[in-house]
Amino acid sequence: MDNSEVIAGIKKKFPDIGALSISQDYQDETGIEVDPRAFREICLGLHETLASPVMMLFAVDERKERGRFVMKSVFMNFRSAQWIIVSAGIPQESPSFDSLAKTAHSASLFEREVREMFGIEPMGNPDTRRLNLHDEVWPLNSYPLRKDFKEARGGVAGEYKFGRVDGEGVFEVPVGPVHAGIIGPGHFRFSAAGEPIINLELRLGFTHRGVEKLFEGKGYLDAIRLSERVSGDSSFAHSLAFTHASEKIAGVSIPARAMYLRGLFLELERMYNHANDIGGMAIDVGFSFPAAYASIIKEAILQLNERLAGNRYLKDVNAVGGVLVDMDEAKRQALLYSLKGIKRDFRELVKMLYSSVSFMDRVDTTGVLRRKTAEDLGVVGLVGRASGIAVDLRRHYPGIYGESGFKMAAQESGDVLARLRVRIFEFQESCRLIEEFTGRLIKGDRVRVSPGSKAGSALGYVEGWRGPVLYWLKTDSAGLIERCKIVDPSFHNWQALSYAVLGNIIPDFPLCNKSFDLSYSGNDL
Amino acid sequence: MTRILKNRILKGVVTRNIGPGLSGEIETAGLELKSLIWKRFGRSLNIREVDTGSCGACESEIISANNPIYDLQRFGISFVASPRHADALLVTGPVSKNMLIALKKTYEAMPAPKFVVTCGDCALDGGMFKGSYYVEGGIKDILPVALHISGCPPSPLKIARALSVFLQKGAGG
Repeated sequence: MDNSEVIAGIKKKFPDIGALSISQDYQDETGIEVDPRAFREICLGLHETLASPVMMLFAVDERKERGRFVMKSVFMNFRSAQWIIVSAGIPQESPSFDSLAKTAHSASLFEREVREMFGIEPMGNPDTRRLNLHDEVWPLNSYPLRKDFKEARGGVAGEYKFGRVDGEGVFEVPVGPVHAGIIGPGHFRFSAAGEPIINLELRLGFTHRGVEKLFEGKGYLDAIRLSERVSGDSSFAHSLAFTHASEKIAGVSIPARAMYLRGLFLELERMYNHANDIGGMAIDVGFSFPAAYASIIKEAILQLNERLAGNRYLKDVNAVGGVLVDMDEAKRQALLYSLKGIKRDFRELVKMLYSSVSFMDRVDTTGVLRRKTAEDLGVVGLVGRASGIAVDLRRHYPGIYGESGFKMAAQESGDVLARLRVRIFEFQESCRLIEEFTGRLIKGDRVRVSPGSKAGSALGYVEGWRGPVLYWLKTDSAGLIERCKIVDPSFHNWQALSYAVLGNIIPDFPLCNKSFDLSYSGNDL
Repeated sequence: MTRILKNRILKGVVTRNIGPGLSGEIETAGLELKSLIWKRFGRSLNIREVDTGSCGACESEIISANNPIYDLQRFGISFVASPRHADALLVTGPVSKNMLIALKKTYEAMPAPKFVVTCGDCALDGGMFKGSYYVEGGIKDILPVALHISGCPPSPLKIARALSVFLQKGAGG
């Protein structure tokens, strides 16, 4: 079912929504402009028809140009490899819109974000607490993403209200924001009776740096550098999603060689992170030898990155129109040689884990995220694939992946073991893809110069190692960024963690957490 | 178990086996560090790490500094779980407003003598995030900083070297 059929279906379903203004902005992106009163109905209709979570929901401040805010909601039509973006103009006086959260839970956090950043009220959202702007340090009625925002000081009195579980023998365990390991900050509030967890509430936002605001007014060069620093372990995926959006706006089609090089680096990023997480799971059950073994693999890939791209974390590789590094014969040989060793080590690592009864006992049936829960929460990416949600942008939006016979990982059980299996499968698949891509690297340009700056907006997307990384970008006629909305898969998946741990014991929390391995900085922005 | 033993033997000691140029450098940087730590801190330097809004790349490199290839621990540097066990605080990130209180509290919880090391370009002055509405920008305005390790992120080797040079100068002891 492609976008036009979906929209025809929506029109039929809601005969009295009035006129829809439909624009096919790009081949993979359809925009629908609706009356604000119909915004909720249409979004929920698409949510149901497409079986897509609310992938993005955000606001744009257009008060200066057109005297209004605009709400935008993005849905994925993976069956036809397209996206649908619903927009509605919101009047600037006491702005509000009807909340989707009670029906589509995946909209809930987005609505809270719109509320705190723009002061647009989601009418009917039961949770009005702020996400990233913590009450302790930020005043009320200061909305940093509004264009006329200057500065704000001071906090609000009172304490953040956590959900509370009362009853005999129930106690709370607060953890964070500073954790015991070398890891990002976040606060976890456990309620437990005896050993099992009966409730877990997350409070994040501790690494909020105002990234989206910092993008505004920047040109492409600076913006790419910033995107590489949104989430340090996904710097390539983030810069790729950003450049994808800007290439769509500029109308540049990138050369084939650059496409394969990008695919290659994207898979290398996936591999070092998967190796890191598999080692992390081993260390969280106290199985130290395989953990050390995995860190050797990770280091080998990081050094390979440095050899190929001049940077261990693949920064300064992407540019609008292609890539800045090339692959000569010496590099190609080095890559294939290292890959051979990495594959051999990885096989041994997997054997060690699978043949250890005590390790398997710890990961099997631990931290189960059921498919229904995952769907309700709008879980995406790797965690979704472990719970039976078979969606991977690499498969559905194929490009170079389709030609290379990409195989998607899929598991049903949703426990730590399933997430481990997805990682192992994807690691091995990435090795194969890299070999394929290296074989297909035809001679040619690796970067195509863009034909100058243009005003416009577009959605950039890429399947990073955690899941889909999305950038919605709007530029002015000088090519400077007016608005950049970023969604890291972590933003969709953090809430799912608090469901996966229910009934598990607190000592298993680190293991469950590592099996998700979500980004703090990508979530908090 | 036999598989672990087999791999242990087959893998050998990776710490020296990573390529002649690189491993030589690690050894020299590390051995200097070891003798200095012996002298100044009585065999061990315990570090507590705090992320005040970093993107995670610095954390990844600090963890890498503890992997079997760089293995900082053999020189007497360990990363501890509590500020109460720490001699030094290693801070990354541009200090998000939300982390200001937590950072100060962590520092206060450390027993004296103590010193602060900042790691990564953001921690110096906010880096790419300088001027944001939510970033304090630079740890030196909040805590007394004894050493800064530059880089985005600094490599594990750079972290080891910087600590070594710093201890040589006699600061912090």
